[in-house]
Amino acid sequence: MSSFEETVSRLLKIPVGYATVLRNLFSKPVTLQYPEQKKPMSARFRGRHHLKRYDDGLEKCIGCALCAAACPADAIYVEADQNTNAERYSPGERYAKTYEINMLRCIFCGYCEDACPTNAIVLEPIEFPTGYTREGMIYTKSMLLEAPPNGVPTTPQATQPGKFDRSIVPYPPVDASV
Amino acid sequence: MAPILEYTLKSIVLLLIGAGGFAYMTLVERKFIGRLQSRIGPNRVGPFGLLQPMADGLKLIVKESITPAQADKLIFFIAPAISVIPALIIFAVIPFGNSPWLNLAANINIGVLYVLAVFSISVYGAVLGGWSSNNKYASLGGLRASAQMISYELALGLSLVAVVLMAGSASLNQIVQYQHPGNILGWLIFRQPVAAVLFAITAMAELARSPFDLVEAEQELTAGFMTEYSGMKFALFYMSEYVKMIAMSALFTTFFLGGWSGPGAQDSWLLSLIYFGIKMLVCLLAIVWTRATLPRFRYDKLMAFGWKVLLPIGLANVMVTALLIVLRVPGYR
Repeated sequence: MSSFEETVSRLLKIPVGYATVLRNLFSKPVTLQYPEQKKPMSARFRGRHHLKRYDDGLEKCIGCALCAAACPADAIYVEADQNTNAERYSPGERYAKTYEINMLRCIFCGYCEDACPTNAIVLEPIEFPTGYTREGMIYTKSMLLEAPPNGVPTTPQATQPGKFDRSIVPYPPVDASV
Repeated sequence: MAPILEYTLKSIVLLLIGAGGFAYMTLVERKFIGRLQSRIGPNRVGPFGLLQPMADGLKLIVKESITPAQADKLIFFIAPAISVIPALIIFAVIPFGNSPWLNLAANINIGVLYVLAVFSISVYGAVLGGWSSNNKYASLGGLRASAQMISYELALGLSLVAVVLMAGSASLNQIVQYQHPGNILGWLIFRQPVAAVLFAITAMAELARSPFDLVEAEQELTAGFMTEYSGMKFALFYMSEYVKMIAMSALFTTFFLGGWSGPGAQDSWLLSLIYFGIKMLVCLLAIVWTRATLPRFRYDKLMAFGWKVLLPIGLANVMVTALLIVLRVPGYR
Protein backbone atom coordinates (compact mmCIF):
# COMPACT_ATOMS: atom_id res chain seq x y z
CA MET A 1 0.00 0.00 0.00
CA SER A 2 1.31 3.42 -0.87
CA SER A 3 1.77 5.91 1.89
CA PHE A 4 -1.04 8.06 0.47
CA GLU A 5 -3.55 5.21 0.51
CA GLU A 6 -2.41 4.32 4.00
CA THR A 7 -2.99 7.88 5.18
CA VAL A 8 -6.46 7.92 3.64
CA SER A 9 -7.44 4.59 5.18
CA ARG A 10 -6.24 5.83 8.55
CA LEU A 11 -8.18 9.06 8.21
CA LEU A 12 -11.32 7.09 7.39
CA LYS A 13 -11.01 5.28 10.70
CA ILE A 14 -11.43 8.50 12.67
CA PRO A 15 -15.19 8.84 12.02
CA VAL A 16 -15.58 5.17 12.98
CA GLY A 17 -14.03 6.03 16.34
CA TYR A 18 -16.34 9.00 16.79
CA ALA A 19 -19.37 6.82 16.00
CA THR A 20 -18.26 4.15 18.47
CA VAL A 21 -17.99 6.71 21.23
CA LEU A 22 -21.35 8.27 20.35
CA ARG A 23 -23.03 4.87 20.51
CA ASN A 24 -22.32 4.80 24.25
CA LEU A 25 -24.53 7.86 24.63
CA PHE A 26 -27.56 5.72 23.87
CA SER A 27 -26.54 2.75 26.02
CA LYS A 28 -27.42 2.23 29.65
CA PRO A 29 -24.69 3.45 32.04
CA VAL A 30 -22.86 0.67 33.82
CA THR A 31 -22.54 2.75 36.98
CA LEU A 32 -23.91 1.35 40.24
CA GLN A 33 -25.05 4.01 42.74
CA TYR A 34 -22.86 2.43 45.38
CA PRO A 35 -24.17 3.05 48.86
CA GLU A 36 -27.76 2.54 47.67
CA GLN A 37 -27.15 -0.21 45.12
CA LYS A 38 -24.70 -2.98 45.79
CA LYS A 39 -23.27 -5.62 43.58
CA PRO A 40 -24.17 -9.16 44.69
CA MET A 41 -21.07 -10.77 46.17
CA SER A 42 -19.96 -14.38 46.01
CA ALA A 43 -20.92 -16.40 49.08
CA ARG A 44 -17.23 -17.14 49.61
CA PHE A 45 -16.13 -13.52 49.34
CA ARG A 46 -13.65 -12.70 52.11
CA GLY A 47 -15.20 -9.59 53.63
CA ARG A 48 -14.87 -8.65 57.27
CA HIS A 49 -14.24 -11.09 60.12
CA HIS A 50 -16.92 -12.44 62.42
CA LEU A 51 -16.40 -14.45 65.59
CA LYS A 52 -18.96 -17.28 65.68
CA ARG A 53 -20.85 -18.95 68.52
CA TYR A 54 -22.20 -22.45 69.09
CA ASP A 55 -25.96 -22.95 69.18
CA ASP A 56 -25.90 -22.93 72.99
CA GLY A 57 -24.45 -19.41 72.96
CA LEU A 58 -20.86 -20.26 73.91
CA GLU A 59 -18.11 -18.66 71.83
CA LYS A 60 -16.25 -20.92 69.43
CA CYS A 61 -13.01 -19.01 69.99
CA ILE A 62 -10.78 -20.68 72.56
CA GLY A 63 -8.05 -18.04 72.60
CA CYS A 64 -5.37 -20.29 71.08
CA ALA A 65 -3.95 -17.42 68.95
CA LEU A 66 -3.22 -19.70 66.00
CA CYS A 67 -4.89 -17.07 63.84
CA ALA A 68 -2.44 -14.45 65.12
CA ALA A 69 0.42 -16.85 64.36
CA ALA A 70 -0.85 -17.53 60.86
CA CYS A 71 -1.52 -13.88 60.04
CA PRO A 72 1.04 -12.69 57.44
CA ALA A 73 0.21 -9.05 58.15
CA ASP A 74 0.44 -9.41 61.94
CA ALA A 75 -2.99 -7.80 62.25
CA ILE A 76 -4.48 -9.98 65.00
CA TYR A 77 -3.88 -9.64 68.71
CA VAL A 78 -5.28 -12.28 71.11
CA GLU A 79 -5.07 -12.41 74.89
CA ALA A 80 -6.43 -15.59 76.50
CA ASP A 81 -7.85 -16.07 79.98
CA GLN A 82 -9.09 -19.00 82.10
CA ASN A 83 -12.71 -20.23 81.86
CA THR A 84 -14.46 -21.20 85.10
CA ASN A 85 -17.73 -23.08 85.47
CA ALA A 86 -19.27 -20.01 87.09
CA GLU A 87 -18.17 -17.71 84.25
CA ARG A 88 -17.84 -19.73 81.08
CA TYR A 89 -17.23 -18.03 77.71
CA SER A 90 -16.22 -21.00 75.60
CA PRO A 91 -15.88 -24.77 75.95
CA GLY A 92 -12.58 -26.01 77.40
CA GLU A 93 -9.96 -24.32 79.51
CA ARG A 94 -9.45 -20.93 77.95
CA TYR A 95 -11.21 -18.18 76.02
CA ALA A 96 -10.15 -14.99 74.28
CA LYS A 97 -10.31 -12.13 76.77
CA THR A 98 -9.04 -9.65 74.19
CA TYR A 99 -9.44 -10.18 70.49
CA GLU A 100 -8.45 -7.32 68.22
CA ILE A 101 -8.00 -7.10 64.46
CA ASN A 102 -6.38 -4.06 62.90
CA MET A 103 -8.42 -3.69 59.72
CA LEU A 104 -5.83 -1.31 58.27
CA ARG A 105 -3.19 -4.05 58.40
CA CYS A 106 -5.44 -6.95 57.42
CA ILE A 107 -4.93 -8.11 53.83
CA PHE A 108 -8.05 -10.31 53.84
CA CYS A 109 -6.09 -13.42 52.86
CA GLY A 110 -8.25 -15.71 55.02
CA TYR A 111 -5.29 -17.59 56.59
CA CYS A 112 -6.82 -16.96 60.03
CA GLU A 113 -9.91 -18.85 58.90
CA ASP A 114 -7.74 -21.76 57.76
CA ALA A 115 -5.71 -21.81 60.95
CA CYS A 116 -8.67 -21.75 63.34
CA PRO A 117 -9.17 -25.19 64.96
CA THR A 118 -12.79 -24.44 65.91
CA ASN A 119 -13.92 -22.43 62.84
CA ALA A 120 -14.50 -19.53 65.19
CA ILE A 121 -13.29 -16.80 62.83
CA VAL A 122 -15.00 -16.48 59.45
CA LEU A 123 -14.63 -13.83 56.74
CA GLU A 124 -18.10 -13.12 55.40
CA PRO A 125 -19.32 -11.04 52.47
CA ILE A 126 -21.17 -8.58 54.64
CA GLU A 127 -20.33 -4.92 55.38
CA PHE A 128 -16.84 -3.84 54.60
CA PRO A 129 -14.76 -2.14 57.31
CA THR A 130 -14.65 1.64 56.89
CA GLY A 131 -13.81 4.42 59.32
CA TYR A 132 -12.51 7.93 59.83
CA THR A 133 -9.76 7.27 62.40
CA ARG A 134 -6.95 4.77 62.81
CA GLU A 135 -8.21 3.91 66.29
CA GLY A 136 -11.67 3.19 64.89
CA MET A 137 -10.21 0.70 62.44
CA ILE A 138 -8.98 -1.56 65.23
CA TYR A 139 -11.96 -3.88 65.65
CA THR A 140 -12.39 -5.18 69.20
CA LYS A 141 -13.91 -8.44 70.33
CA SER A 142 -17.31 -6.86 70.99
CA MET A 143 -17.42 -5.59 67.39
CA LEU A 144 -16.35 -8.91 65.90
CA LEU A 145 -18.41 -11.28 68.02
CA GLU A 146 -21.81 -12.13 66.60
CA ALA A 147 -24.95 -12.01 68.77
CA PRO A 148 -26.08 -15.29 70.40
CA PRO A 149 -28.91 -17.19 68.68
CA ASN A 150 -32.46 -16.21 69.66
CA GLY A 151 -33.52 -17.16 73.19
CA VAL A 152 -30.03 -18.25 74.22
CA PRO A 153 -28.17 -16.43 77.03
CA THR A 154 -24.99 -14.59 76.11
CA THR A 155 -21.56 -15.26 77.60
CA PRO A 156 -20.43 -15.60 80.34
CA GLN A 157 -22.75 -18.49 81.26
CA ALA A 158 -22.84 -20.50 84.46
CA THR A 159 -22.37 -24.19 83.48
CA GLN A 160 -22.32 -27.56 85.20
CA PRO A 161 -18.88 -28.83 86.23
CA GLY A 162 -17.47 -31.48 83.89
CA LYS A 163 -19.70 -30.72 80.90
CA PHE A 164 -17.31 -28.48 78.95
CA ASP A 165 -13.91 -29.85 79.98
CA ARG A 166 -12.62 -30.23 76.41
CA SER A 167 -12.28 -27.47 73.85
CA ILE A 168 -13.10 -29.46 70.74
CA VAL A 169 -13.86 -33.18 71.18
CA PRO A 170 -16.32 -34.59 72.26
CA TYR A 171 -18.16 -31.31 72.19
CA PRO A 172 -20.31 -30.98 68.98
CA PRO A 173 -18.28 -32.02 65.94
CA VAL A 174 -17.00 -29.10 63.88
CA ASP A 175 -18.97 -28.60 60.70
CA ALA A 176 -16.31 -29.00 58.03
CA SER A 177 -18.54 -27.81 55.23
CA VAL A 178 -18.57 -24.18 56.34
CA MET B 1 -21.12 59.61 29.92
CA ALA B 2 -23.95 57.42 28.69
CA PRO B 3 -21.90 55.23 26.31
CA ILE B 4 -19.32 54.59 29.03
CA LEU B 5 -22.05 53.47 31.40
CA GLU B 6 -23.59 51.27 28.72
CA TYR B 7 -20.27 49.62 27.86
CA THR B 8 -19.44 49.10 31.52
CA LEU B 9 -22.76 47.44 32.22
CA LYS B 10 -22.53 45.24 29.13
CA SER B 11 -18.96 44.26 30.05
CA ILE B 12 -19.99 43.30 33.56
CA VAL B 13 -22.85 41.18 32.24
CA LEU B 14 -20.54 39.51 29.72
CA LEU B 15 -17.95 38.76 32.40
CA LEU B 16 -20.62 37.28 34.65
CA ILE B 17 -21.93 35.16 31.78
CA GLY B 18 -18.35 34.06 31.08
CA ALA B 19 -17.79 33.03 34.69
CA GLY B 20 -21.15 31.29 34.98
CA GLY B 21 -20.66 29.63 31.63
CA PHE B 22 -17.30 28.35 32.82
CA ALA B 23 -18.80 26.88 35.98
CA TYR B 24 -21.58 25.08 34.17
CA MET B 25 -19.40 24.08 31.22
CA THR B 26 -17.34 21.97 33.64
CA LEU B 27 -20.54 20.21 34.69
CA VAL B 28 -21.79 19.79 31.11
CA GLU B 29 -18.44 18.35 30.11
CA ARG B 30 -18.28 15.91 33.03
CA LYS B 31 -21.87 14.80 32.48
CA PHE B 32 -21.52 14.42 28.72
CA ILE B 33 -18.15 12.69 28.78
CA GLY B 34 -19.52 10.42 31.48
CA ARG B 35 -22.40 9.36 29.26
CA LEU B 36 -20.02 8.89 26.33
CA GLN B 37 -18.02 6.51 28.51
CA SER B 38 -21.10 4.63 29.77
CA ARG B 39 -20.91 6.38 33.14
CA ILE B 40 -23.35 8.76 34.80
CA GLY B 41 -21.11 11.66 35.81
CA PRO B 42 -21.58 13.84 38.88
CA ASN B 43 -25.07 13.44 40.37
CA ARG B 44 -24.62 13.76 44.13
CA VAL B 45 -24.52 17.51 44.80
CA GLY B 46 -28.03 18.87 44.30
CA PRO B 47 -30.57 17.50 41.82
CA PHE B 48 -28.76 15.86 38.87
CA GLY B 49 -25.51 17.23 40.32
CA LEU B 50 -26.52 20.77 39.37
CA LEU B 51 -24.77 22.27 42.41
CA GLN B 52 -21.47 20.50 41.66
CA PRO B 53 -19.84 23.67 40.20
CA MET B 54 -20.72 25.55 43.42
CA ALA B 55 -19.10 22.82 45.51
CA ASP B 56 -16.00 22.83 43.30
CA GLY B 57 -15.80 26.61 43.45
CA LEU B 58 -16.16 26.65 47.23
CA LYS B 59 -13.45 24.03 47.55
CA LEU B 60 -11.02 26.01 45.38
CA ILE B 61 -11.76 29.27 47.22
CA VAL B 62 -11.11 27.89 50.70
CA LYS B 63 -8.05 25.91 49.65
CA GLU B 64 -4.60 27.09 50.68
CA SER B 65 -2.84 28.98 47.92
CA ILE B 66 0.74 27.76 47.90
CA THR B 67 3.60 29.69 46.32
CA PRO B 68 6.82 27.71 45.78
CA ALA B 69 9.76 29.10 47.75
CA GLN B 70 11.96 29.62 44.67
CA ALA B 71 9.18 31.00 42.47
CA ASP B 72 9.23 34.43 40.87
CA LYS B 73 6.47 35.74 43.13
CA LEU B 74 5.15 38.64 41.05
CA ILE B 75 4.95 36.75 37.76
CA PHE B 76 3.65 33.66 39.51
CA PHE B 77 0.86 35.83 40.87
CA ILE B 78 -0.14 37.63 37.66
CA ALA B 79 0.22 34.71 35.21
CA PRO B 80 -3.28 33.32 35.88
CA ALA B 81 -4.74 36.79 35.30
CA ILE B 82 -2.81 37.15 32.03
CA SER B 83 -4.29 33.83 31.02
CA VAL B 84 -7.91 34.51 31.95
CA ILE B 85 -8.38 38.14 30.90
CA PRO B 86 -7.84 37.57 27.15
CA ALA B 87 -10.22 34.63 27.31
CA LEU B 88 -12.92 36.86 28.73
CA ILE B 89 -12.42 39.91 26.50
CA ILE B 90 -12.81 37.89 23.29
CA PHE B 91 -16.56 38.04 23.90
CA ALA B 92 -16.46 41.78 23.20
CA VAL B 93 -16.54 41.38 19.42
CA ILE B 94 -18.92 38.43 19.14
CA PRO B 95 -22.41 39.25 17.81
CA PHE B 96 -24.74 37.26 20.04
CA GLY B 97 -27.93 38.35 18.33
CA ASN B 98 -29.44 40.61 15.72
CA SER B 99 -29.95 43.73 17.79
CA PRO B 100 -27.05 46.06 18.61
CA TRP B 101 -27.71 45.97 22.35
CA LEU B 102 -26.84 42.26 22.43
CA ASN B 103 -23.29 42.99 21.32
CA LEU B 104 -20.52 44.98 22.87
CA ALA B 105 -18.39 45.94 19.91
CA ALA B 106 -19.31 43.48 17.17
CA ASN B 107 -19.17 46.20 14.54
CA ILE B 108 -15.52 47.10 14.80
CA ASN B 109 -13.95 46.54 11.41
CA ILE B 110 -10.91 44.67 12.73
CA GLY B 111 -12.87 41.98 14.61
CA VAL B 112 -10.92 39.05 13.17
CA LEU B 113 -7.57 40.68 13.91
CA TYR B 114 -8.72 41.44 17.45
CA VAL B 115 -9.65 37.80 18.02
CA LEU B 116 -6.30 36.51 16.75
CA ALA B 117 -4.35 39.10 18.74
CA VAL B 118 -6.18 38.38 21.97
CA PHE B 119 -5.75 34.64 21.61
CA SER B 120 -2.00 35.17 21.14
CA ILE B 121 -1.77 37.11 24.39
CA SER B 122 -3.35 34.34 26.39
CA VAL B 123 -0.36 32.09 25.57
CA TYR B 124 1.76 34.33 27.79
CA GLY B 125 -0.24 33.21 30.82
CA ALA B 126 0.77 29.60 30.27
CA VAL B 127 4.40 30.39 29.45
CA LEU B 128 4.95 32.82 32.33
CA GLY B 129 3.09 30.59 34.77
CA GLY B 130 5.26 27.63 33.77
CA TRP B 131 8.49 29.60 33.89
CA SER B 132 7.88 31.41 37.18
CA SER B 133 6.96 28.21 39.04
CA ASN B 134 10.62 27.13 38.98
CA ASN B 135 9.58 23.53 38.40
CA LYS B 136 10.82 21.35 35.57
CA TYR B 137 7.39 20.00 34.69
CA ALA B 138 5.88 23.47 34.71
CA SER B 139 8.72 24.84 32.55
CA LEU B 140 8.34 22.04 30.00
CA GLY B 141 4.58 22.57 29.95
CA GLY B 142 5.05 26.29 29.36
CA LEU B 143 7.57 25.65 26.57
CA ARG B 144 5.25 23.22 24.89
CA ALA B 145 2.40 25.70 25.21
CA SER B 146 4.36 28.42 23.44
CA ALA B 147 5.64 26.15 20.67
CA GLN B 148 2.25 24.56 20.05
CA MET B 149 0.25 27.74 20.07
CA ILE B 150 2.65 29.67 17.86
CA SER B 151 2.67 26.82 15.31
CA TYR B 152 -1.08 26.42 15.15
CA GLU B 153 -1.84 30.13 15.17
CA LEU B 154 -0.54 30.37 11.60
CA ALA B 155 -2.98 27.80 10.27
CA LEU B 156 -5.75 29.33 12.37
CA GLY B 157 -5.07 32.73 10.84
CA LEU B 158 -4.99 31.27 7.33
CA SER B 159 -8.36 29.61 7.79
CA LEU B 160 -9.76 32.97 8.82
CA VAL B 161 -8.15 34.71 5.84
CA ALA B 162 -10.37 32.58 3.59
CA VAL B 163 -13.41 33.63 5.63
CA VAL B 164 -12.47 37.29 5.40
CA LEU B 165 -11.92 36.94 1.63
CA MET B 166 -15.39 35.47 1.23
CA ALA B 167 -17.19 38.00 3.41
CA GLY B 168 -15.13 40.94 2.24
CA SER B 169 -14.92 42.28 5.76
CA ALA B 170 -13.08 41.60 9.01
CA SER B 171 -16.03 42.71 11.12
CA LEU B 172 -17.73 39.77 12.77
CA ASN B 173 -21.12 41.36 12.31
CA GLN B 174 -20.51 41.70 8.57
CA ILE B 175 -19.39 38.08 8.36
CA VAL B 176 -22.67 36.95 9.96
CA GLN B 177 -24.71 39.25 7.73
CA TYR B 178 -22.92 37.82 4.70
CA GLN B 179 -23.82 34.24 5.67
CA HIS B 180 -27.59 34.30 5.98
CA PRO B 181 -29.10 35.58 2.77
CA GLY B 182 -31.60 32.91 1.85
CA ASN B 183 -30.92 29.54 3.34
CA ILE B 184 -28.71 27.28 5.39
CA LEU B 185 -26.40 26.80 2.39
CA GLY B 186 -25.26 30.37 2.92
CA TRP B 187 -23.29 29.19 5.93
CA LEU B 188 -19.57 29.30 5.31
CA ILE B 189 -19.11 25.72 6.54
CA PHE B 190 -20.68 24.62 3.24
CA ARG B 191 -18.82 27.09 1.05
CA GLN B 192 -15.50 26.89 2.89
CA PRO B 193 -15.43 23.32 4.27
CA VAL B 194 -11.64 23.15 4.21
CA ALA B 195 -11.33 26.37 6.19
CA ALA B 196 -13.96 25.10 8.64
CA VAL B 197 -12.11 21.83 9.29
CA LEU B 198 -8.83 23.72 9.52
CA PHE B 199 -10.34 26.14 12.01
CA ALA B 200 -11.84 23.32 14.08
CA ILE B 201 -8.52 21.47 14.33
CA THR B 202 -6.36 24.51 15.02
CA ALA B 203 -8.89 25.88 17.50
CA MET B 204 -8.63 22.64 19.43
CA ALA B 205 -4.84 23.02 19.42
CA GLU B 206 -5.08 26.66 20.52
CA LEU B 207 -7.30 25.58 23.39
CA ALA B 208 -4.79 22.84 24.28
CA ARG B 209 -7.72 20.45 24.46
CA SER B 210 -7.47 16.77 23.73
CA PRO B 211 -6.07 15.47 21.34
CA PHE B 212 -3.68 18.45 21.51
CA ASP B 213 -3.43 18.63 25.31
CA LEU B 214 0.32 18.07 25.36
CA VAL B 215 0.67 21.23 27.40
CA GLU B 216 -0.72 19.43 30.42
CA ALA B 217 -0.08 15.83 29.43
CA GLU B 218 -0.58 14.18 32.81
CA GLN B 219 1.52 11.09 32.19
CA GLU B 220 4.59 13.09 31.19
CA LEU B 221 4.25 16.48 32.89
CA THR B 222 1.91 15.95 35.89
CA ALA B 223 -0.21 19.05 35.18
CA GLY B 224 2.13 20.99 32.87
CA PHE B 225 2.37 24.70 33.58
CA MET B 226 -0.32 24.40 36.29
CA THR B 227 1.70 21.95 38.39
CA GLU B 228 2.63 24.40 41.15
CA TYR B 229 -0.68 26.25 41.20
CA SER B 230 -3.38 25.69 43.81
CA GLY B 231 -6.50 27.34 45.14
CA MET B 232 -7.94 30.28 43.25
CA LYS B 233 -4.89 30.74 41.02
CA PHE B 234 -5.40 27.23 39.73
CA ALA B 235 -9.10 27.97 39.33
CA LEU B 236 -8.24 30.95 37.13
CA PHE B 237 -6.16 28.79 34.77
CA TYR B 238 -8.97 26.30 34.70
CA MET B 239 -11.44 29.07 34.03
CA SER B 240 -9.34 30.44 31.19
CA GLU B 241 -9.36 27.01 29.52
CA TYR B 242 -13.14 26.71 29.68
CA VAL B 243 -13.89 30.32 28.81
CA LYS B 244 -11.61 29.98 25.80
CA MET B 245 -13.52 26.85 24.87
CA ILE B 246 -16.77 28.79 24.98
CA ALA B 247 -15.22 31.67 23.04
CA MET B 248 -13.87 29.34 20.35
CA SER B 249 -17.30 27.73 20.00
CA ALA B 250 -18.87 31.17 19.68
CA LEU B 251 -16.29 32.07 17.03
CA PHE B 252 -16.84 28.88 15.06
CA THR B 253 -20.56 29.58 15.17
CA THR B 254 -19.96 33.13 14.00
CA PHE B 255 -17.53 32.29 11.21
CA PHE B 256 -18.94 29.06 9.85
CA LEU B 257 -22.41 28.31 11.23
CA GLY B 258 -24.10 31.58 10.30
CA GLY B 259 -23.87 33.16 13.75
CA TRP B 260 -27.30 34.01 15.09
CA SER B 261 -29.10 33.40 11.79
CA GLY B 262 -32.02 31.02 11.51
CA PRO B 263 -35.71 31.01 10.62
CA GLY B 264 -37.31 34.14 12.06
CA ALA B 265 -34.11 35.36 13.67
CA GLN B 266 -34.10 38.53 11.58
CA ASP B 267 -37.08 39.97 13.47
CA SER B 268 -36.78 38.58 16.98
CA TRP B 269 -33.78 39.22 19.20
CA LEU B 270 -34.81 36.33 21.46
CA LEU B 271 -34.89 33.81 18.61
CA SER B 272 -31.54 34.98 17.31
CA LEU B 273 -30.02 34.61 20.78
CA ILE B 274 -31.49 31.11 21.12
CA TYR B 275 -30.16 30.03 17.71
CA PHE B 276 -26.73 31.32 18.66
CA GLY B 277 -26.87 29.44 21.96
CA ILE B 278 -27.90 26.17 20.34
CA LYS B 279 -25.17 26.35 17.69
CA MET B 280 -22.59 27.20 20.33
CA LEU B 281 -23.68 24.32 22.55
CA VAL B 282 -23.36 21.90 19.63
CA CYS B 283 -19.77 23.09 19.10
CA LEU B 284 -18.99 22.72 22.80
CA LEU B 285 -20.37 19.19 22.88
CA ALA B 286 -18.33 18.37 19.78
CA ILE B 287 -15.19 19.46 21.63
CA VAL B 288 -16.06 17.15 24.52
CA TRP B 289 -16.93 14.37 22.08
CA THR B 290 -13.48 14.73 20.54
CA ARG B 291 -11.89 14.54 23.97
CA ALA B 292 -13.70 11.28 24.60
CA THR B 293 -12.63 9.83 21.26
CA LEU B 294 -9.10 10.73 20.22
CA PRO B 295 -5.83 9.86 21.96
CA ARG B 296 -3.15 12.50 22.47
CA PHE B 297 -0.61 13.36 19.74
CA ARG B 298 3.05 12.62 20.16
CA TYR B 299 4.96 15.88 20.51
CA ASP B 300 7.05 15.67 17.33
CA LYS B 301 4.02 14.52 15.32
CA LEU B 302 2.08 17.48 16.64
CA MET B 303 4.71 19.86 15.30
CA ALA B 304 4.98 18.01 11.99
CA PHE B 305 1.20 18.02 11.61
CA GLY B 306 1.00 21.75 12.23
CA TRP B 307 3.81 22.83 9.93
CA LYS B 308 3.78 20.18 7.21
CA VAL B 309 0.07 19.46 6.84
CA LEU B 310 -2.15 22.22 8.20
CA LEU B 311 -0.06 25.19 7.05
CA PRO B 312 0.22 24.06 3.37
CA ILE B 313 -3.49 23.18 3.31
CA GLY B 314 -4.31 26.60 4.72
CA LEU B 315 -2.13 28.35 2.13
CA ALA B 316 -3.61 26.31 -0.71
CA ASN B 317 -7.12 27.06 0.53
CA VAL B 318 -6.45 30.80 0.62
CA MET B 319 -4.98 30.64 -2.89
CA VAL B 320 -7.91 28.68 -4.37
CA THR B 321 -10.47 30.90 -2.63
CA ALA B 322 -8.77 34.04 -3.90
CA LEU B 323 -8.62 32.61 -7.40
CA LEU B 324 -12.32 31.69 -7.38
CA ILE B 325 -13.23 35.16 -6.17
CA VAL B 326 -11.10 36.86 -8.83
CA LEU B 327 -12.66 34.64 -11.53
CA ARG B 328 -16.12 35.62 -10.17
CA VAL B 329 -17.26 32.02 -9.83
CA PRO B 330 -20.94 32.02 -8.71
CA GLY B 331 -21.25 31.65 -4.96
CA TYR B 332 -17.87 33.25 -4.42
CA ARG B 333 -19.00 36.91 -4.22
